[in-house]
Amino acid sequence: MSPDRRQFLGWGAAAAVTAAGAALAPGLRLIELAQARSPEEAASALQRWGLLIDITKCTDCDVCVTACSKENGWTGHGRPETDPQWIRKVSLRDKRTGYAQTLPLMCQHCEHPPCVDVCPTGASFRRDDGIVLVDKHTCIGCRYCVMACPYGARSFVHETVSGQKSDVPRGKGTVESCTLCVHRVDRGETPACVEACNRDGGKAMVFGDLNDPSAEIHRRLRAEPSTQVRADLALNTGVRYRGL
Amino acid sequence: MARVHYREIEGDSRGFYALLGALGALILAGLGASWYMEHNGHYVTGMSNRIVWGMPHVFAIFLIVAASGVLNVASIASVFGRELYKPLARLSGLLALTLLAGGLAVLVLDLGRPERLIVAMTHYNVKSIFAWNIFLYTGFYAIVAVYLWTMFERRMNDYNKPAGLFAFVWRLILTTGTGSIFGFLVAREPYSSALLAPMFIIMSFSFGLAIFVLVLMAACNWTGRALGDVVLNRLRNLLGVFVATVLYFVAIHHLTNLYVARQHDVERFFLWEGGIYTALFWFVQVLTGGVLPLALLFGTTSRRALAAAAVCVILGGLAQLYVLVIGGQAYPQLMFPEKEVSSSFFDGVVAGYAPSLPELALGVGGVALALALTAVALKVLPFLPRSLADGDVDSAAA
Repeated sequence: MSPDRRQFLGWGAAAAVTAAGAALAPGLRLIELAQARSPEEAASALQRWGLLIDITKCTDCDVCVTACSKENGWTGHGRPETDPQWIRKVSLRDKRTGYAQTLPLMCQHCEHPPCVDVCPTGASFRRDDGIVLVDKHTCIGCRYCVMACPYGARSFVHETVSGQKSDVPRGKGTVESCTLCVHRVDRGETPACVEACNRDGGKAMVFGDLNDPSAEIHRRLRAEPSTQVRADLALNTGVRYRGL
Repeated sequence: MARVHYREIEGDSRGFYALLGALGALILAGLGASWYMEHNGHYVTGMSNRIVWGMPHVFAIFLIVAASGVLNVASIASVFGRELYKPLARLSGLLALTLLAGGLAVLVLDLGRPERLIVAMTHYNVKSIFAWNIFLYTGFYAIVAVYLWTMFERRMNDYNKPAGLFAFVWRLILTTGTGSIFGFLVAREPYSSALLAPMFIIMSFSFGLAIFVLVLMAACNWTGRALGDVVLNRLRNLLGVFVATVLYFVAIHHLTNLYVARQHDVERFFLWEGGIYTALFWFVQVLTGGVLPLALLFGTTSRRALAAAAVCVILGGLAQLYVLVIGGQAYPQLMFPEKEVSSSFFDGVVAGYAPSLPELALGVGGVALALALTAVALKVLPFLPRSLADGDVDSAAA
């Protein structure tokens, strides 16, 4: 069936506007290109996902922590010693001067993660794009990764879990930690903590591709001083701090 | 050379069955504790996200380390050709197997997901020391089994020396692996030392021999077999050398740390301000497990003193592992130098830990399993010589 005249004119107008837009404003996209990977597509080493946390802007709030807990479905049972914490606010106070700071601490998504090295079954693994994860099906709960992590970033699931999120598998007797909201990243979104910090917090967190020269995180790391926690271990963390 | 005559223990006395019954009850308690921990989750134990390895690991590592070291007696006979130790070699091999079984049982039953043991057997991360250890432990079983075969089967006797040499080298590597579980943890200041591997080896010699002495004395005493002073005095001197060497390694470890400014806080914690860990270090590990046994071993010649020294070595060894494993985790990880650190995750503070009853029951259950397997094996196969009286071993050694 051939298109009717009105439809034909409509296409023509749309094509003309698009062509004009392309000619007048190169680089401007009417519709943002989809960054999400299809489920079949493997994570690529062309990307290195990371975070930049500007602790000069980090306030006393904990919106990043509550957003993470809500997004990933980890909640406490009123037992702080054994309850999981994928991200926590750490308070620092200089021993000499008393200068106080606060910062969020989570899995630092190392390029050379000690947790991955020590895991006997390979359940702890690093994706090609730099995200460090635990395969909940092959974790035997030996906790050696918790021993090896320099950042105390990992939690052992000490009791039965309920109300799990479909995107975030968890299980009693296995180890878990920040996934950099891998399910959101794979959909082309930013981690929940970053979103919450930029919406309700001090706008201290930037997420992006460390390899992409046009990404804000890359530009800022190029222009501003930043540090890695325990840089002496040469783990090349994906999470960087400014103002530490 | 006079032949050594071995014979099974009769194992039909009331005492034997009472022993098996008591050990069986402890094994059941251990299994029950494990079920309780797995069913509820580890929050019912004293362990936490800061102390992820608790009392079960102390027992498991102690038993695994001792299993490697207890084979020393057999090695001295077949690798180093000391005939006096030959009548003891079978028991030495047996204890190596049973202690390892007890230790591994505790380790596995404390896993978050023990039912996934098959995953550990089928998925290997070749860079993991744990994965190496799975291979080293299972290999140890096979090698010691063959080694025992070369002792039991006369036609295989010619292969005893190569088998013994292979087992000797294997267990040195095995205990290197056990020590390196901690030695390679670069992110924790109390560990992260290549010294831990050789220290674990000498600890294995000491703990293993202490257990061997006690089992040998008990087995001979309870079955009415002669046990002469020649054998016991040799073991006494050997144990003394091992205890002194463990003390030497402990001293070197701490002295090295004391010299390194970065490690000063760690040393202040363990040697001075660490509360229970400091107390355990000085009073149980060093005094009870080191100084006192040396006095007992070299100050007297009585058998009771030897047995008491062996008990002290075992207590000191458990304390040493408690201080290392649990104290090493309790000490806060250094992330922000020159800063006071605090958080809801107990950063910057010494983590609290009190061993719970289920953890203790699981650990003791592993010891009971090792001893029960030993008792049953002694009844089934001729592991023990009929006599270790001075005249008999002298002629055997002649």
